[in-house]
Amino acid sequence: MIKTEHLTKRYGALAVVDDVTFQVAPGEVLGFLGPNGAGKTTTMRMLAGFVTPTAGAASICGHDVEREPLAAKAALGYLPEGAPGYGEMTVRAFLIFIADLRALAGERRRARLAHVIEHLQLGSVLDQTIETLSKGFRRRVGLAQAILHDPPVLILDEPTDGLDPNQKHEVRTLINDMARDKIIVISTHILEEVDAVCTRAVIIARGRIVADDTPAGLAARSRYHNAVSMQLEDPAQLTAARAAVAALPAVSALEVSERDARLTALPRAGATILPALSELAARQGLKLKELHLESGRLDEVFRNITA
Amino acid sequence: MHNVGIIMRRELASYFATPLAYVFILIFLVLANAFTFYLGGFYERGQADLEPFFTFHPWLYLFLIPAVSMKLWAEERKSGSIELLMTQPVMLREAVLGKFLAAWLFTALALALTFPLWITVNFLGTPDNGAILAAYLGSLLLAGGFLAIGSCMSALTRSQVVAFILGVVACFVFLLAGFPLVLDLFRGWAPQALIDAIASLSFLTHFQSIEKGVIDVRDLLYFAMLIGFFLFATGIALELRKAD
Repeated sequence: MIKTEHLTKRYGALAVVDDVTFQVAPGEVLGFLGPNGAGKTTTMRMLAGFVTPTAGAASICGHDVEREPLAAKAALGYLPEGAPGYGEMTVRAFLIFIADLRALAGERRRARLAHVIEHLQLGSVLDQTIETLSKGFRRRVGLAQAILHDPPVLILDEPTDGLDPNQKHEVRTLINDMARDKIIVISTHILEEVDAVCTRAVIIARGRIVADDTPAGLAARSRYHNAVSMQLEDPAQLTAARAAVAALPAVSALEVSERDARLTALPRAGATILPALSELAARQGLKLKELHLESGRLDEVFRNITA
Repeated sequence: MHNVGIIMRRELASYFATPLAYVFILIFLVLANAFTFYLGGFYERGQADLEPFFTFHPWLYLFLIPAVSMKLWAEERKSGSIELLMTQPVMLREAVLGKFLAAWLFTALALALTFPLWITVNFLGTPDNGAILAAYLGSLLLAGGFLAIGSCMSALTRSQVVAFILGVVACFVFLLAGFPLVLDLFRGWAPQALIDAIASLSFLTHFQSIEKGVIDVRDLLYFAMLIGFFLFATGIALELRKAD
């Protein structure tokens, strides 16, 4: 369990993190979202015991990060922003150094090292120094370091930042694989990541929590939630279709894109418009290239909440 | 305290992973020998001892030791690896001590490599080897004092160059604390007790007696306290500024 209570960090008069309270339970993957400079990294650093809170408290598995720092750190795997490492060390020497600090010994040490090397596909770079690695490999070494001692809690600051789509997919698969029995907090500003891995999202802006919901719950706040988007085969039908759709009582607004002959109909609150639109298309003889129901646009919700 | 050893080993290995270690040892040996023979007049004196060798150590260390200590913390802060280190289950004081000991062990190695000079002097005559051993000990303590100051300066900044310059200046002040160059800054306004206190902090005064082979407990205590104080200050500096 991760718990924060009124967690606050001030630098002079500036409150970087302001009265943040939340809890994360086992099995949850919490996405920590917010614009750059919103306080994500500072919050994570306080949880990891690297930055001392000005006020409030945080605990990892019941261990207060200030009063029992070693116990809290022992229960935690942490990937700092940018995945820093010791450039002159080889990957092998680095992982052994971390295994020493994590007091892994005997069979368990051997098994855990083999596990992270296999799962993060580090076998081919074990004897390369960290400074010669590509960004993707560096990030994987950072992740290997964080999960080496199989901690119950993982805090990953932008784990997929700077990775290519394949590497992103790998990291997300890894997170999903570990999600069942762990508590995972990841920070990101990539919204697709929230859908891909998170069971819950907390959005912070200017140091304060502005939303705490499931990804579906957040999407439902979008004005596009349950909107229907239709693309016409024949652009000539656009004018007629537009008038007919606008006349439907359940449609509150209509967005038209002439470039690709697309209509997006927004429903009145709580209304379902897909059957009505599909029936209208059949009745009017509109040839459709595409017709689909939108669940909501996270980027629009994000902008509305944090702007 | 187990972690001190782990951190020390990693740090020591990092010296030898870059050319720094070899360059340092080479320059140290060349300069130490050059000073002994040319400035110290090793042969001309006609005496079988290593005084001309040890006399120049404070001046040699003044520039070489800050070059070893500058990276201790500045590099960790610059690269961000300090965040990685301090989020492992490690106490700050273990990290401070481990890194300092690595640097000290490294300079001890460089110092030990001056042994051909000791063999030479034993070959040429019959020196007082007890006094030479004491002088080596004194030199090592002096290096430890410089390193502790350098560690603290390195913790104050993210730039190794700034850490080096601060280190040289701070070491210079401590080196000459008993001399007019430093004391004149305080004469005229500070009470005599303070001036005496500053004068008693001088590296040179404490080193000179050990260098002559006289091990006084007060000198040992002086270096131990100085090292302890600056390592403690390193910890405070890091606590305040590590995340900046």
